[in-house]
Amino acid sequence: MNKDTSHINSLENEAIYIMREVAAQFDKPVLLFSGGKDSITLVRLAVKAFYPAKIPFPLMHIDTGHNFPETIQFRDKLVKELGLELIVRNVQDSIDEGRVKEESGRYSSRNSLQTTTLLDAIEEFKFDACIGGARRDEEKARAKERIFSVRDDFGQWDEKNQRPELFDMLNGDIEHGQNVRVFPISNWTELDVWSYIEKEDIEIPSIYFAHKRKVFLRDGLIWSHSEYVYQEEDEKVLERMVRFRTVGDMSCTAAVFSEAADITSVVQEIRESTISERGARIDDKRSEAAMEKRKQQGYF
Amino acid sequence: MEVLKIATAGSVDDGKSTLIGRILYDTKSLTTDKLEAIEKTSKQKGYDYLDFSLATDGLVAEREQGITIDVAHIYFSTAKKSYIIADTPGHVEYTRNMVTGASTSQASVILIDARKGVIEQTNRHFFINNLLRIKDIVVAINKMDLVDYSEDIYNKIKADFESLMSKRDYQDQKITFIPVSALKGDNVVNRSDKMPWYTGQSLLEHLEALDKKDVYNVGTPRFPVQYVIRPKTEEFHDFRGYAGKVYGGELSVGDDIVVLPSQTKSKIKEIYFYNEKYQTASRRSSVTITLENDINVSRGDMIVKEGDLPTIDKQFTANICWMDATRLTTSGKYIVQHGVNKVLAKVDKIHYKINPDYSGIETDVTGLNVNDIAQVTFKLNKPIFYDQFKNHRTNGSFILIDSQTNNTVGAGFIQ
Ligand SMILES: Nc1nc2c(ncn2[C@@H]2O[C@H](COP(=O)(O)OP(=O)(O)O)[C@@H](O)[C@H]2O)c(=O)[nH]1
Ligand SMILES: [Mg+2]
Repeated sequence: MNKDTSHINSLENEAIYIMREVAAQFDKPVLLFSGGKDSITLVRLAVKAFYPAKIPFPLMHIDTGHNFPETIQFRDKLVKELGLELIVRNVQDSIDEGRVKEESGRYSSRNSLQTTTLLDAIEEFKFDACIGGARRDEEKARAKERIFSVRDDFGQWDEKNQRPELFDMLNGDIEHGQNVRVFPISNWTELDVWSYIEKEDIEIPSIYFAHKRKVFLRDGLIWSHSEYVYQEEDEKVLERMVRFRTVGDMSCTAAVFSEAADITSVVQEIRESTISERGARIDDKRSEAAMEKRKQQGYF
Repeated sequence: MEVLKIATAGSVDDGKSTLIGRILYDTKSLTTDKLEAIEKTSKQKGYDYLDFSLATDGLVAEREQGITIDVAHIYFSTAKKSYIIADTPGHVEYTRNMVTGASTSQASVILIDARKGVIEQTNRHFFINNLLRIKDIVVAINKMDLVDYSEDIYNKIKADFESLMSKRDYQDQKITFIPVSALKGDNVVNRSDKMPWYTGQSLLEHLEALDKKDVYNVGTPRFPVQYVIRPKTEEFHDFRGYAGKVYGGELSVGDDIVVLPSQTKSKIKEIYFYNEKYQTASRRSSVTITLENDINVSRGDMIVKEGDLPTIDKQFTANICWMDATRLTTSGKYIVQHGVNKVLAKVDKIHYKINPDYSGIETDVTGLNVNDIAQVTFKLNKPIFYDQFKNHRTNGSFILIDSQTNNTVGAGFIQ
């Protein structure tokens, strides 16, 4: 693995360029903030892109209600420190309004329900660009994603009919009702993000570092023991040192056993790791084409 | 070193996806869960070897049909460098994807099936790489295992390819021939012991050795203004910064500059990258510049060094690649996006289009179809500030947008 980090400067320059194109080409952009490391990295890049002015768009969190409490505390602190505007929309409200139906059973999760809440919020605020932290190395369907990715009125991704992107030029022209998903860190790998967090000394939620947690094992994955996660009676609760590589909902994020308690040891661990980040995402395990299907329906 | 972006080209089934999968495998870039998925699917399909193309063919339709439809970006790194490889589809109708892949790449790998040799597609791939002025090209002669690793076959293909080279405009390209077997791993990452007659580097060794000077042309600095930063806070009350990316060369504090199109003169006062001030802004850095004088600069303007002006004109001639299913017509209205600048454009004249088999040109053309490459003159409603593509990759290129559909419908390289 590449230990030289000079290539990260070029990725950073590219991401800052993209942030500025968003601010210049769109009327109402928003940064989709999940509280995870990728969206925290996006916030850092946005701060750098517009210094000494403030980030010229709000953040929006689609809250499943099943988040790790550490993520929410972190989110609120970050927003306050940077003086940013934060919009929160709740999946619980979409459920209460009958817009979506809660899943039940062993693998139930609110992860895919987020899509409806997100599309409703885009409509409510008339957002024309949503900046997200997806990376092409995460997953095969994402490897085909553009940096400016046009979505139709229904938030759908038409992967066979994408705009070509040439040189540095980003075409953000859209019709009324359409919006663009923007991915400034498309070209970053998981290790690039972690190295950047280390290099820039960016604060991240404590759950990314090794800590003692009540967990149980299923299908070779480590699940959090929590009121939000379905657990069979014979699935025994254990207390183990774990950390999270990726943070979504508690119901769809599996932990890894780890002793890495600081950023340097985390970077070291990622460098030596032999399983991919998405390997710990329960939602992707559902089927080979899981991500592509969710994306077509308007998922991040 | 920056991330090295590499485009691949080759016909269907020449082995591009397999080659990339093989690189990932031999550099230990495939994680165990991905590898297990490949092993499982290969077995399900009844193969007696690992189908590495499964590592890159990501869309459902691609897995069903076993072909690559869209450009996929693959990431891997070695102890020395980080790479992005664009796996581009080889079908004739996907020329536009190849142009796209090559436009963001610094080096290119063209695959040839050793059993088939140089074919019409090879000619097309080379033509596009030449048109886009990619400095470093590797011609990987693949499936050597199926031709008994024959030196004669390799030499014949090499000679055939070399005869294509003399016909091309851009002669400064460095072309390296490597005999490989993507499936078996010969000369991909590790050197092969099956071809003692070949003493050159493996494909990866070649890429590892590439340096900035091997892939970039140094030009003159151009600074298109992306965004004006006005904080309007107590601390930065009068701050007026111009945010943008520096292309082609460096800019330094104290440089005498000219702002286009107003041609107002000033000097660079400060260069910021985030909250730090720098003496010099290097190529491709996203900085914020302040000027000595309080002049009016907005998005789409360009800051250049005094005495080093680009062409300022409402008309230009370019080689374009048409990328849309709807024909380009001489009566059509388009938007030219040149960097961050957008202007309305009319087709003035289509001079000629290149024959699909590259045997010559066709004049007397009234429109262009998807994947056509042609020379066209455009008239604009406002001047742009451009360089010739051969002198400046960024400031000499543009995209065409259909003003009705907003889609990107073409790419151009200014003459
Ligand atoms: N024998 C042999 N077969 C190969 C080699 N490279 C690729 N193939 C096979 O050629 C077919 C097409 O390969 P693929 O990578 O999908 O080609 P692509 O269309 O260029 O991406 C597959 O069946 C591969 O297994 C090689 O070096 N030797
Ligand atoms: Mg392929």
